[in-house]
Amino acid sequence: MAKLPKPEELSKIDLKPPKTDWMDTPVEFKEDMYCWGAKGKNLKVVEFPNARDWSPKEEDWKLPENWKEIVMEAFGDRLSKYRSFKLFMDICVRCGACADKCHFFIGGGDPKNMPVLRAELMRSVYRKHFTTGGKIFGKTAGARELTLNVLKEWWYYYYQCTECRRCSVFCPYGIDTAEITMMGREFLNLLGLNIDWIAGPVANCYMKGNHLGLEPHTIKNSIEFFLDDIENITGIKIEPTFNRKGAEILFVTPSGDLFADPGTYTAMGYLMLFHELGLDYTWSTYASEGGNFGFFTSNEMGKRLNSKIYAEAKRLGVKWILGGECGHMWRVLHQYMDTWNGPADFLEVPKSPITGTVFENAKATKMVHIAEFTADLIKHGKLKLDPRRNDHLKVTFHDSCNTSRGMGILEEPRYIIKNVCKNFYEMPENTIREYTFCCGSGTGLNASENMALRMRGGLPRANAVKYVHDNHGVNMLANICAIDRATLKSAMEYWVPDVQVCGIHELVANALVMKGEKERTLDLRLEPLPGKAEKEGNE
Amino acid sequence: MKIFFPLVIVMILVLLVFAGIKANLYFLFGVVIPYAALAVFVLGFIYRVLKWASSPVPFHIPTTCGQEKTLPWIKQNKIENPSSALGVIIRMALEVFAFRSLFRNLKTELRDGKIVYGSEKWLWAAGLAFHWSFLIILVRHLRFFMENVPVVLKTIEGLDSFLQIGVPLFYMTDAVILAAVTYLFLRRLYLPQIKYISLAADYFPLFLIFGIVLSGVLMRYFFKVHIVGVKILAMGLVGFNPDPKILSEIGAIFYVHLFLLSILFAYFPFSKLMHLGGVFLSPTRNLSNNSREVRHINPWNYPVHVHTYEEYENDFRDKMKKAGIPVEKE
Ligand code: SF4
Ligand code: SF4
Repeated sequence: MAKLPKPEELSKIDLKPPKTDWMDTPVEFKEDMYCWGAKGKNLKVVEFPNARDWSPKEEDWKLPENWKEIVMEAFGDRLSKYRSFKLFMDICVRCGACADKCHFFIGGGDPKNMPVLRAELMRSVYRKHFTTGGKIFGKTAGARELTLNVLKEWWYYYYQCTECRRCSVFCPYGIDTAEITMMGREFLNLLGLNIDWIAGPVANCYMKGNHLGLEPHTIKNSIEFFLDDIENITGIKIEPTFNRKGAEILFVTPSGDLFADPGTYTAMGYLMLFHELGLDYTWSTYASEGGNFGFFTSNEMGKRLNSKIYAEAKRLGVKWILGGECGHMWRVLHQYMDTWNGPADFLEVPKSPITGTVFENAKATKMVHIAEFTADLIKHGKLKLDPRRNDHLKVTFHDSCNTSRGMGILEEPRYIIKNVCKNFYEMPENTIREYTFCCGSGTGLNASENMALRMRGGLPRANAVKYVHDNHGVNMLANICAIDRATLKSAMEYWVPDVQVCGIHELVANALVMKGEKERTLDLRLEPLPGKAEKEGNE
Repeated sequence: MKIFFPLVIVMILVLLVFAGIKANLYFLFGVVIPYAALAVFVLGFIYRVLKWASSPVPFHIPTTCGQEKTLPWIKQNKIENPSSALGVIIRMALEVFAFRSLFRNLKTELRDGKIVYGSEKWLWAAGLAFHWSFLIILVRHLRFFMENVPVVLKTIEGLDSFLQIGVPLFYMTDAVILAAVTYLFLRRLYLPQIKYISLAADYFPLFLIFGIVLSGVLMRYFFKVHIVGVKILAMGLVGFNPDPKILSEIGAIFYVHLFLLSILFAYFPFSKLMHLGGVFLSPTRNLSNNSREVRHINPWNYPVHVHTYEEYENDFRDKMKKAGIPVEKE
């Protein structure tokens, strides 16, 4: 990280491709642009093949002898299992509409980060091995052999895609490069070629229930720590429960929010809101992870980690599940969970115990997004809110890739924000909602050794934040994603240092007037509320 | 090489026709090849679509481009984020007939260290102009295959030639398609990023189509061919009873037109042109976003090895008990 160039340096970007044809340009592993290789011990925990320590920097990747066969066999298998994969191998016309839509290309200029070329890296091999034209005409038909160099190129570029799906919005056939990246990662994982920043959390989550590897008592301790702060701020003592059988609702959220600022403030927000509502809910230490780094590994690993949520809901006998703010977590819960591990026929159609609203849109998965839940509360006037407590904030909202392009939860968070704070400004329309830009560090790329990649990928987002910062004085970037809260913090510190990052339930809890609370002088960050600093001093 | 190779191929194809005519291979070029090309096209197209369809859609992965259906008071974007079959049909129709997604196109530029996104509708406009004029031209050609030209066709022809210039009347689509193909070619040549991603397989159909349109235009407006002969041949082909005598009376340029078209048809199923069929099957567009409401079934879903709660509790029972977290087994 020490080597990370200054923002002025890093933002000098040339989007013009080089002279040499991409097939004749061998992959070059650039400093700070890739992650460390997966450690053998982490892969062994989940019984992955070819587990060993290896380093992408070394010439020798210690591949199994028959690596090519392994990949080609899996390639054929996935073509027959995924229509998306097969179709997307065949129908791209290279119109280039997607080319300049990827944050990594915009912020870095590497032509192989154009979604179309990222996909061609794999399509070229597909043509060689699975099409007659490719077999006969070879390079002229855009076909090439799978060589060690090509494999390394795959590794480098499929761990430079955050599966954000922005490219897929612009493609006339909906070609989703994320689908191709997922396949690329499946193949690489068969050879033990994960990155450790994913493999580590996966192993943790498998054994301990969450990415961070927090053991049950530690989870409880972390939350108790928040409770002390909450008591300081509000004078109210909260007593949440853990692994409690017979609760009405199981609450699942990303473990990241139990661990580091500013996610912790969001977690405090949940605790305060649920207490105020008197919600009959429980945390689980077994299903203590909403996110799913398995999803960034392979389909099977995603399913294995996800299975805990329904299993735990069944064991505890809850009626339905409420999910916290997270991006890829919701892609998985919304588009994969029920298919993988359903049907959830042991649960009931979610119904808000406070407003009586039945969440028909979640009647199969039985899992509700907290933004839906809270928006419904506010709409029914069930929360007493004092938005002035957020008067020191000028807020903008970052749509997370997965909740916008893999779900469509756009208005609920905006509705909530507008009800809990008075100063809200949208970023330019080409950069929000379905056009939103990735934080630059999704899909498990939020390591520290690839900081240049992350800052480059975060540039388009930061550029739009800077616009509202310069024009409206925006100083808070709200979002509904635990990874965003961690990664945008670094991106803001680097690109737009005056802007902080928060989850929306931090804003909610700041504004929430709780029964029996003392006069609040501090916000959840233990900083003075607007207009309260002087008062404090006078007393 | 990427440009040169397909160009040479198309030129060779044209020369082949002239050589064939010289060698009196009228039957080959006028009957055998068109039949064969059509057969390859139809069978190939069906084969490709069936092959795609034989792979299941294991997960429900629409790309959502608007507000989803949630609380009743939040306005859903029923087209860009459909939850019903009707929504999907409208979304697909917009995609297929109006190139909705291409219409979103933006141009990303760096200006004094800032990133700006300009509207960029040329690709959309050219793409739409190209595809629609191609379709109209194809439909216009149906008159050659019918004894009595139906009113619909006459209307299309009338509209297409409403400028009422020239004898024979000038069809606008002829000019539009030439302009559009030229634009699509030039952007591959001059936009650096597009040039970089282009393959021979991207230039070949452009050259081929350019050749087809050009030969058609030359034939209609400049070197007049024996048009009645063409109609007789076409009717014969439709009835599987082509008249060999008429073949040698039609001009050579007609055979260039027909041969390049045959090549295009035969090439179609093996190429990116299959996007015509593929777009309908794209799971990011043709699924409704209702995966929390209705369970999507993956036909190859299989049981996996999981770390059960029991195993977890065995690992942590003491710590849990100490922390006051309930356990199953004391
Ligand atoms: S927008 Fe779609 S068709 Fe066009 S180059 Fe990209 S992936 Fe290919
Ligand atoms: S999914 Fe996102 S990161 Fe991946 S290629 Fe597309 S735009 Fe880039």
